[in-house]
Amino acid sequence: MSIDKDKIKHTAKLARISLDENKIESLSKDLSNIFNFIEKLSKINTDKISPLTSILDHSLRTREDKVTDGGIRDKILENSPNKNEEFFIVPKVIE
Amino acid sequence: MSDITNKSLTEIVDLIKKKEIKSEEVTNAYINNAKKGKKLNSFITESFDSALTKARNFDAKPNYESLLPGVPLAVKDLFCTNGVRTTAGSKMLENFFPTYESTITTNLWKEGAFLLGKLNCDEYAMGSSNETSFFGNVINPVKENTVPGGSSGGSASALAADLTPATIGTDTGGSIRQPASFTGTVGLKPTYGLCSRWGIVAFASSLDQAGPMTKTVSDCALMLEAMSGFDSKDSTSIDRKKENYSKKINKNIKGLKIGIPKEYRVDGMPNKIEELWEKGKKILKEEGAEIIDISLPHTEYALPTYYIVAPAEASSNLARYDGVKYGFRSSKGSNLIEMYENTRSEGFGDEVKRRILIGTYVLSSGYYDAYYIKAQKVRQLIKNDFDNAFTKVDAILTPSTPSSAFKIGEKKNDPISMYLNDIFTVPANLAGIPAISVPIGHDKNNLPLGLQLIGKPLGEQTLLNLALSMESKSNFKQNIVKWWEK
Amino acid sequence: MSEDKSKYLIQGFQDKWEVVIGLEVHAQVSSKSKLFSGSSTTFGADPNTQVSLVDSAFPGMLPVINEYCVEQAVKTGLGINAQINSYSVFDRKNYFYADLPQGYQISQFKNPIVGEGQITLDLKTGTKKIGIERLHLEQDAGKSIHDLDPSNTFVDLNRSGIALMEIVSKPDLRSPDEVNAYVKKLRSIMRYLGTCDGNMQEGSLRADVNVSVRKEGDEKLGTRCEIKNVNSIKFMQMAIEYEAKRQVELLESGKHIVQETRLFDTKKNETRSMRSKEDAHDYRYFPDPDLLPLNLDKSLIEKIKKSLPELPDQKKERFIKNYSLSPYEANVLVSEKEVASFFEEVIKTADKKLTTNWIIGDLFASLNEKNISISQSLIKSKEMAILINSISSGLISGRAAKEVFEVMKDTGADPVQIIEEKGLKQKSDPKELEALIDKILEENTDKVSQYKSGKDKLFGFFVGQIMKVSSGTANPQLVNDILKKKLK
Repeated sequence: MSIDKDKIKHTAKLARISLDENKIESLSKDLSNIFNFIEKLSKINTDKISPLTSILDHSLRTREDKVTDGGIRDKILENSPNKNEEFFIVPKVIE
Repeated sequence: MSDITNKSLTEIVDLIKKKEIKSEEVTNAYINNAKKGKKLNSFITESFDSALTKARNFDAKPNYESLLPGVPLAVKDLFCTNGVRTTAGSKMLENFFPTYESTITTNLWKEGAFLLGKLNCDEYAMGSSNETSFFGNVINPVKENTVPGGSSGGSASALAADLTPATIGTDTGGSIRQPASFTGTVGLKPTYGLCSRWGIVAFASSLDQAGPMTKTVSDCALMLEAMSGFDSKDSTSIDRKKENYSKKINKNIKGLKIGIPKEYRVDGMPNKIEELWEKGKKILKEEGAEIIDISLPHTEYALPTYYIVAPAEASSNLARYDGVKYGFRSSKGSNLIEMYENTRSEGFGDEVKRRILIGTYVLSSGYYDAYYIKAQKVRQLIKNDFDNAFTKVDAILTPSTPSSAFKIGEKKNDPISMYLNDIFTVPANLAGIPAISVPIGHDKNNLPLGLQLIGKPLGEQTLLNLALSMESKSNFKQNIVKWWEK
Repeated sequence: MSEDKSKYLIQGFQDKWEVVIGLEVHAQVSSKSKLFSGSSTTFGADPNTQVSLVDSAFPGMLPVINEYCVEQAVKTGLGINAQINSYSVFDRKNYFYADLPQGYQISQFKNPIVGEGQITLDLKTGTKKIGIERLHLEQDAGKSIHDLDPSNTFVDLNRSGIALMEIVSKPDLRSPDEVNAYVKKLRSIMRYLGTCDGNMQEGSLRADVNVSVRKEGDEKLGTRCEIKNVNSIKFMQMAIEYEAKRQVELLESGKHIVQETRLFDTKKNETRSMRSKEDAHDYRYFPDPDLLPLNLDKSLIEKIKKSLPELPDQKKERFIKNYSLSPYEANVLVSEKEVASFFEEVIKTADKKLTTNWIIGDLFASLNEKNISISQSLIKSKEMAILINSISSGLISGRAAKEVFEVMKDTGADPVQIIEEKGLKQKSDPKELEALIDKILEENTDKVSQYKSGKDKLFGFFVGQIMKVSSGTANPQLVNDILKKKLK
């Protein structure tokens, strides 16, 4: 199955990754090969099977409603490439 | 003491406990090896000074009651270590210093061990040869210019070269077992949920598992005992009492039934691998196990299934790398969207971007049912295959890899060829069951090969016993010449 | 066919247009900590001080669900007469935004925790049932602040990860009035249950409003637009009015409605398109692999059911039946659980009718004036009862009571004390009153003659004089009776 360039561009936009125009050709080739490989699954009949929901036996565990975290602003902001004492700082979205 | 770094972890722990050697001496020995081992490029971050301090502190006030007293350990750079750079092999996290410690490493430090350094790996654990790391390729100590396998390539390389007495890696599609096979070491992927994922840079949440990588099976049991256990911070962690693998391990495998799945005999598989597989069967039979032919009919669909599920989960797990809270942020881009696009384009390598695109695509509107849902259905079938097999057998024996370690660059431009490395390892991840790779012999190029034992959910003890038995009779000898020290 | 004058219709050039409205209400769960992390949820904290490593999506962080939030969702579901799903799944809704640190929101897509339900609205025209599609749990996002810097946005993640219940109505609403009633009813139910405090100023309750129009009589639904994040009922109503007119104008001029997301501009009072939504979002929902499916024990659901307090509708029925209140009165008194409790406390010892009037009238007026709730009122039920009883017993007149009330509302003081201090005790001794009346009649003999010869209006003059001389404390009823007798 071939993945055309427009599909790749649209997917890249969804994934917020910018693509080099000159790399799209080889990317298209690579992805098409990979999808050909994956296509194998279409051969198998899964009409009567439910998709796997969990490989674990137990059900979702819950925790008590208690405040046990937070209040660590310095730690939270420490690694940010752009911040001030209180906030993360990012370029504006164009509204 | 003659080269301490030749010894197994179990031997070293024993010597420390007997007070025949001090932690500082052990630590220095490994640091010296690591300093001489730079050509292998297995370390991304060295913590030698702090390791020595910790060693000295241990010696000053030793506690011999723990499992790993005074043992220096280097770990895969996917485990977040407090105050120590954690990169996941990526430019995206090149300067990331976590303010927290992963549960797994916390468990190891609680047992008396301490950090020696962070080991190289494929970027975000995506790869089978450690050729996708931002920090450069790792070399297999067994032979120059050879890959160590991946994604835990730095771990396998450092271990085999005696730069660390033992280590831990993560395994999503084979990233512990395949490098173990390529380097002649032991690697175990535990049952999904046995080891906590909290604090490990996530790749594919329903597949990732941390596990031990060691020189011997006994070492593996010891490490697994130290690192495993319930973690309430991980909703997928299994709540049960810890097992004493190292105390219970034994070679008595009489009466155990071993399945040999016919579907693992693939076209074009080298004769040597077939030979070594027979060798393994013979050993187990001689030790009292019963060999039974079984079928895992959906085996051929495992790789395609994996290459839908894993990228899908990864595309979502890696969405947090946006340059806002931590990590790399591109200086290009005049608005938020441009900042995101440039950050992620510059910060991620090609393989990671490829997988994110695949994952985004298979989840996208119009394709979700045909790909993702389909894959999850096939995954159920694969799991059913194993559930069925385990009503007849106690464990399954297969080769670990379809070939021995290949040359650096040999498969780099052919993603599919690279993906085929995982053909034998991926099914166990999809089914969430434990599997161990044990070195069994060498091929005609003197490159090591491993055999894989796959077990029932939470059947690690049985696997370790079988592996111990096989190891004791395999006569496998690691014959590494330390070429990198010249 | 008679025209239903109560229907809300937009008059176009030729046709009358009906407005079809569906609401997606986001209600913040009244939990102490967040849905998947242990950070605090209190309102108004300093930026980024209620944020954990999980909330800010650091590498390796994992979600663990808050059991209280699960219970509140079940409770709310029961309160809106909905089906509780014992099996539900948490899905990731994937998109990128600065206040969404994970790059996805944990929500519920195909398998929500609560299914179809229904609530009944009390409208001027009668009752109306509004269908509810579903209720699910999801994470709230953080806050992006755009106006502190010309080229940058500041991000505060305090709100990121707080538990929200999203309640999706069926497109059964037809007017701004119905929307008002719907939101108020929903809010009232949740406040009764304690699952959400419904405080719209603090953002505990907000809604996305879906609006479409169709010609009166048409059955097919028109193309709808979604107005996002409206945080007051007044704005919801204004947004609906504007949007409906906008759509009618477009359709009448032959254009199509573009299905899109819009914002309500509270300064210009109009809706406008959100320009940042270039393509429709493809959220790529899939089950969150860090979580497992949620299985609710039937016994848990039963336990919660048994623990439910009396809900507004039930209480209203009981009030009408047991206290002989009108539906309107009952409705007002049960709108807030605290008001209903206050009422029932007071009527333990005081007259029902008077209590009803005093609460709905004077008390509510004073609460509105001070912008406080009944629980913050300085007048407690005990004192209210005493005041009302002092009217019933004739101790003071109704007019004097109003004077006492004025003091009570600002001080919370004991009414008996105030009556003493102000000398407001009603004079009800007939002998004393006779003496007073006689005096006034003596001083105004000319007016008495005038009255007796037909000038009925002078009766009021006499009453006035008696009130004046008695500083308003003369028992009006008795004065009336005695005066009548004397003027025969």
